Amino acid sequence: MINLRDKGAEIWEGWNRPKRTIFVFAMIFLAGLLPFSASWGPTSFLNTPITSFQNVLVYPVGMFILMALGLNIVVGKSGLLDLGYVAFFAIGAYTQAIMSTMLDWKTWEILPFGIMFAMISGVMLGLPALRLRGDYLAIITLGFGEIVRIIAINSTSTGGPNGISGIPNPPSVLGIQFDLMHPEHYFWLVIAMILLVVWMVRRFTVRRPGRAWEAIRQDEDVAALMGVNTLVYKLWAFVIGAAVGGAAGVLYASKVMVISPDMFKFDVSVMILACVVFGGIGNIWGVMLGAGILAYLPDRFRFLTDYRQLVFGLVLIIMMNLRPDGLLPRKKREKISEKSK
Amino acid sequence: MNFSVVTSEFWSLCLQGLALGLIYSLIALGYTMVYGVLRLINFANSEVFMIGTFAVLVVQVNLLHHDVTSQPIHGFALAKALILSLFGAMIVCALLAMLVELVAYRRLRLHGSSRLASLISAIGTSIFLSEGMRNLTNSRPQTTPRLLEKTSLGTIWGANLRIDTIITIVAAIIIFLALDQFVNRSRLGKAIRAVSMSEENSRLMGINLNKVITLTFAIGGLTTGAAAFFYATVYENTIFNVGFNLGIAAFTAAVLGGIGNIRGAFYGGIALGLLEQFASAVLGSQWKAVTVFIVLVLVLLVKPSGIFGEAVQQTRT
Repeated sequence: MINLRDKGAEIWEGWNRPKRTIFVFAMIFLAGLLPFSASWGPTSFLNTPITSFQNVLVYPVGMFILMALGLNIVVGKSGLLDLGYVAFFAIGAYTQAIMSTMLDWKTWEILPFGIMFAMISGVMLGLPALRLRGDYLAIITLGFGEIVRIIAINSTSTGGPNGISGIPNPPSVLGIQFDLMHPEHYFWLVIAMILLVVWMVRRFTVRRPGRAWEAIRQDEDVAALMGVNTLVYKLWAFVIGAAVGGAAGVLYASKVMVISPDMFKFDVSVMILACVVFGGIGNIWGVMLGAGILAYLPDRFRFLTDYRQLVFGLVLIIMMNLRPDGLLPRKKREKISEKSK
Repeated sequence: MNFSVVTSEFWSLCLQGLALGLIYSLIALGYTMVYGVLRLINFANSEVFMIGTFAVLVVQVNLLHHDVTSQPIHGFALAKALILSLFGAMIVCALLAMLVELVAYRRLRLHGSSRLASLISAIGTSIFLSEGMRNLTNSRPQTTPRLLEKTSLGTIWGANLRIDTIITIVAAIIIFLALDQFVNRSRLGKAIRAVSMSEENSRLMGINLNKVITLTFAIGGLTTGAAAFFYATVYENTIFNVGFNLGIAAFTAAVLGGIGNIRGAFYGGIALGLLEQFASAVLGSQWKAVTVFIVLVLVLLVKPSGIFGEAVQQTRT
């Protein structure tokens, strides 16, 4: 099958710097225009029935892309299977919910705390769990995701099964208001966060942590022999992934204004993992594409009502069988070493 | 916190925990057998279990024409109904597990794809099965008929020996012994063990890999089907997402005992069942999952390959 990723990389490498800059800005601009595409004739086929298209763009599409990028650091870059990623999303969301309703803080002030709490919980989970081998890590992270949800259901400060309501929207920035009437503003905010994460991941990838993750993913024992402190770098991957999840959670809670433990079930973790693998594990462009498609399709095909999820399951099976490396796989060079394992 | 219940109802909790734990063990076999040969978490196994509970329902209601309101039956008719629904569930689950292998795993395995791709494909299968059942049942829980009158056989140390609990415990142990003998004694069992040690070498020795892997899935399906039957007999209801919680618990049990290890799955399941019963008696049932995972983490920290270790020496992946 044609390798779109290598083709794209070829074209990209053929360009000079101004050409690349223009292309990047054009893409960002087009993405920014997306919320208006539903009401513009030629692109109105994008519109989603039932749920408003602009809201779909924020959650699930934007949020899933953001979280898939975060999870990609853990699963894609360093090869650690995390089945409880939703926990960090939940921690961010509950931080926002509790701090804004009890302390009356603003979203921007809470954001660093949400990220911090997610990172701390990442360390707490990672320190014992990351000493274990791959599949045990999967079950422990899965358990962690469930534990966070069970605690949210059973403790009073989190509002129990009803969750927390009345979470304020973020205050306006530079005249851009964040309220129910302007979902496109949230979308732009999410795009900004996605760009930030993409930049961060790309920086990490070419530096020491990126090389360490790559080595760990290919062969942990060899990496350790070569002097890579595997536990520390695995922990870093885990914590950075958690931070992205926490940030997404804070933003999500202040957008939807009501959160309940039901929103942070295991299927969200599975969904985000599916986004990562479906799009092309380890390759951020593939991950973004995969997350965009998987998050968008169920809402676009809402007219299938009850059969929506059924079709979704079928799509996953067929796609994985046809393109096991995802839509846009990672570079050939990286893939070969993975297969020879 | 309610510690007095531990002493006052100790044996009763043990008995219930044992029955629940053996159901976990049987499902855990579905995970552990597949993990043994393929090094994959068979995510679809929980839905195989779910379909199994519905197979019990179909056999009892549609084939034998008992319904929810019918009276418990006795004697030969009871034995016939129980055995038919047990074998019905086991066969349906075995066939389904083989189908899952064919649809979700085989192509990916032959292409040598990454384990994550297989995982997602299995998750897709799992979503497909549970959503299919949700649409068939309109998301309603279904009650299985009470064929077996739940009489007590008497009490031991204050524990009530209910007939369904006893049947579950005895039958599950028999199934386990049979499986253990099969894997350790028979020719096919030897082939399974060989494949789990090294795929490459067993192929060189002339073992038909596809056949052995299909067989492994079928065995996992058989035990999962048996678990579905016992679950339906003891709890008398099922719903399209029944597999989720039991699947996670069973997988935990498999890891606790040492994944890939058949005896490990057996003891891991029992340990988990007992732990859950005592944890919910002492802390309240909402905290049982939390307790289980904390214990799991502690066990793995002390002994990273599970209580009984993995069946085969496996290098880190």
